[in-house]
Amino acid sequence: MGEMEELRKEMENLKDQITAARKTFQDSTLQEAAAGVTVVGRVQLKTRKTLRGHLAKIYAMHWGTDSTLCVSASQDGKLIVWDTITTNKVNAIPLKSSWVMTCAYAPSGNLVACGGLDNMCSIYNLKGKDGNVKVMRELAAHTGYLSCCRFLSDTEIITSSGDCTCVLWDIETGTQKTVFAGHQGDAMSLGVSPDFKYFISGACDFTAKLWDIREAECRQTFGGHESDINAIGFFPNGNAVITGSDDATCKLYDLRADQELLTYQDSSIMCGVTSLAPSKSGRLLLAGHDDFNVNIWDMLKAERVGVLAGHDNRVSCIGVSSDGMACCTGSWDSFLKIWN
Amino acid sequence: MTIRRARPDRLQHFRPRMHCLKKLEAVVVEMQSGVKGSEQKLNVTTIPHVITGKDVIAWITNKMKSTTEESEAFGTMLVAYGYIYPLQNHRKLVMCNDSSLYRFQTPYFWPTQKWVAEDSDYAIYLAKRNIRKKGLLEPYEQAHYNHLHEWLNHKWDFIVMQATEQYKAGKERRKPDRVVFDCQERAYWIVNKPPRRTHSAMDSGLELLIDPNSDEKIPFDTYRRMNLFYQQAIMSSKVKSSVSLGALNKYVATYKNHDPFLAPCLPSNPWLTDNDSYWTLNMRQVEVPTKMRVERWSFSLFELLRDLRGRDDFKVFLKKEFSGENLAFWEAAEELKWGTASSMTSKAETIFKTFLVPGAPRWINIDGRTMGLTVKGLDHPHRYVLEAAQTHVFLLMKKDTFFRYLKSPVYKEIQKKALNPEAHNFSPAQLEHNAQNRSPGIHPLILWQLAEAEKAKAAAASVPVDVKALMSKLDRMK
Repeated sequence: MGEMEELRKEMENLKDQITAARKTFQDSTLQEAAAGVTVVGRVQLKTRKTLRGHLAKIYAMHWGTDSTLCVSASQDGKLIVWDTITTNKVNAIPLKSSWVMTCAYAPSGNLVACGGLDNMCSIYNLKGKDGNVKVMRELAAHTGYLSCCRFLSDTEIITSSGDCTCVLWDIETGTQKTVFAGHQGDAMSLGVSPDFKYFISGACDFTAKLWDIREAECRQTFGGHESDINAIGFFPNGNAVITGSDDATCKLYDLRADQELLTYQDSSIMCGVTSLAPSKSGRLLLAGHDDFNVNIWDMLKAERVGVLAGHDNRVSCIGVSSDGMACCTGSWDSFLKIWN
Repeated sequence: MTIRRARPDRLQHFRPRMHCLKKLEAVVVEMQSGVKGSEQKLNVTTIPHVITGKDVIAWITNKMKSTTEESEAFGTMLVAYGYIYPLQNHRKLVMCNDSSLYRFQTPYFWPTQKWVAEDSDYAIYLAKRNIRKKGLLEPYEQAHYNHLHEWLNHKWDFIVMQATEQYKAGKERRKPDRVVFDCQERAYWIVNKPPRRTHSAMDSGLELLIDPNSDEKIPFDTYRRMNLFYQQAIMSSKVKSSVSLGALNKYVATYKNHDPFLAPCLPSNPWLTDNDSYWTLNMRQVEVPTKMRVERWSFSLFELLRDLRGRDDFKVFLKKEFSGENLAFWEAAEELKWGTASSMTSKAETIFKTFLVPGAPRWINIDGRTMGLTVKGLDHPHRYVLEAAQTHVFLLMKKDTFFRYLKSPVYKEIQKKALNPEAHNFSPAQLEHNAQNRSPGIHPLILWQLAEAEKAKAAAASVPVDVKALMSKLDRMK
């Protein structure tokens, strides 16, 4: 047991060294750097469309790239692809397991994926030959629930799971290509960088990790949160990471400086963040909370500039469309709202 | 790892998302001394310490310095968590900003307490209610009761006995105390087992697998790996935070006018006016792009290549300079990276023959070391075999060709030609008309056909010009 103690002490020592090293690189704060930037002013977004059709809590939604289509997953066992501008349902896919926790839209628009308490990621082909939407693959190897999945292309997908690992799958063969292990708590969410070379994952061990997809290893770890990280996303330029946690704060970490730049918190916000999405320019951060609201933050000044109140239950998912024109929120009250 | 709550488990799994309870509790404790209560008559009985909704909301607004809307939302949250319960209309867990009556829930029933709302407790409560109401439970309660009766059948005698005891004990209390306790208990169960269409905040969703409160026995090996990781982390190169902050600032400033949430888009935002012209003007295949789009191409090579229309324009420029092979190689490498596994060997061969073999028709000029590595890797092609070469080519284009493109006549011409559409100015009547006559958009099948046609054209055009064959043909023609 003496060796364990030694290793533990060495680990603490190394962690202190890292903190010290980070401090020396911290020669400026965002407040100073953004002092000259003009204030954004109160941002008011209104509900433009309400998408009705789900019968139970909506757990996840994801926009398609270059389109007004989005997919949403609900615990009534349905995956619905919506044309948001007309509010029509393009596809309503019945699922084998109704305990779905996540869904994703492929960048090509041909596939959608979902998964949840069945520990599997099911891939559906939307552009099937006879027009029917069928299960194309079922990726099963996780020993815990699937908390999030994101496509890299039509042949690869990354999933994060409650068994603390993230996995890169080859869709054609249905096998695991790489297992990214390292988290010590359920991995709750993941985000892929705009150049598809890296991805980040946030977990219940209060840390976020940056993984290199090709080298299959963890490049950086970011701590600082006091509770589970529920939501994570890349800043639009791909060099910074935003995390949202149960401790009701969001934090901005920079990848090149390897440290936390800013914390977005307010004493009147007490409920945890469930989901987040940055706007196209990165100036605004929209964060959905357990208290049924979405808060809009000015990312440079760390001030709240707006609130989207309109849901009757927890906001479980949020997404900004790829052209940045609209944001969609999904909630446990079974409605999706499009704001603009 | 900090211990979040010292909650004895009692076979129930760890419940997520309760981190905010401590903070809420602190607020409620303060509120209890801040908001004045009074005695109110409710159905013959006088109940003490009753507060009104508007007093609570006024106190919140004062303390948090927030708007009335936000205070109402906060108040509703306190009711949804069960810290305050409504006396009238007890099934709707909302805080109304008027003279509706509420009471503070007794700390015994607060969600932060050390026990979870167990099914057998609920069964006892329902059995007690059954006795009192002589079998007239609400439908949802009846459904729960039947279900629990089935499931807890083995304990049912015990449950009924407990219920009868509690009922008898209750009868011995004074009427006002009994009414108050009944209200409190009822409120507690409405929050924990909400009837249909009541949104309770205790509904915390699915439970986590790993309990962070448990003692982690980190194995020896993990410690070693973690230490290695930390050592590498210390040695990794870092950038000063001022540099990153500057970069973030610059990015946000550059894209400010391109963010539809911050700046209006021309001609009009389709979400606001139901007019699709913005999307038609910005389609993939459009002849003349809009000014904003052309401006975005100048932000970075990544943006230029990501927008396929921009890539086309870049190709036109490169053709004039006779240096199109870099971009063609980059595109081929992308296709290899994201393509199907079965096509990989054939694609790798084509790329080798077209770009890498010395004397190839579209030979790319990369340094000897990268070329050596790539050629060796192509013996056993995998998805990322061209990564090094592709990055090299991308950097070449970024540092040199991209800037020349921005200064070139091709780019200047497209800037001049680019459209700057007039902003729409719809009257309310026209907006109505737009909403009703919304076009269904272009059918995705047609878009797909257009994309396929374009791919075929590109494939035909990119067949490498075999210079030797061409020369020999010219010779023969002479």
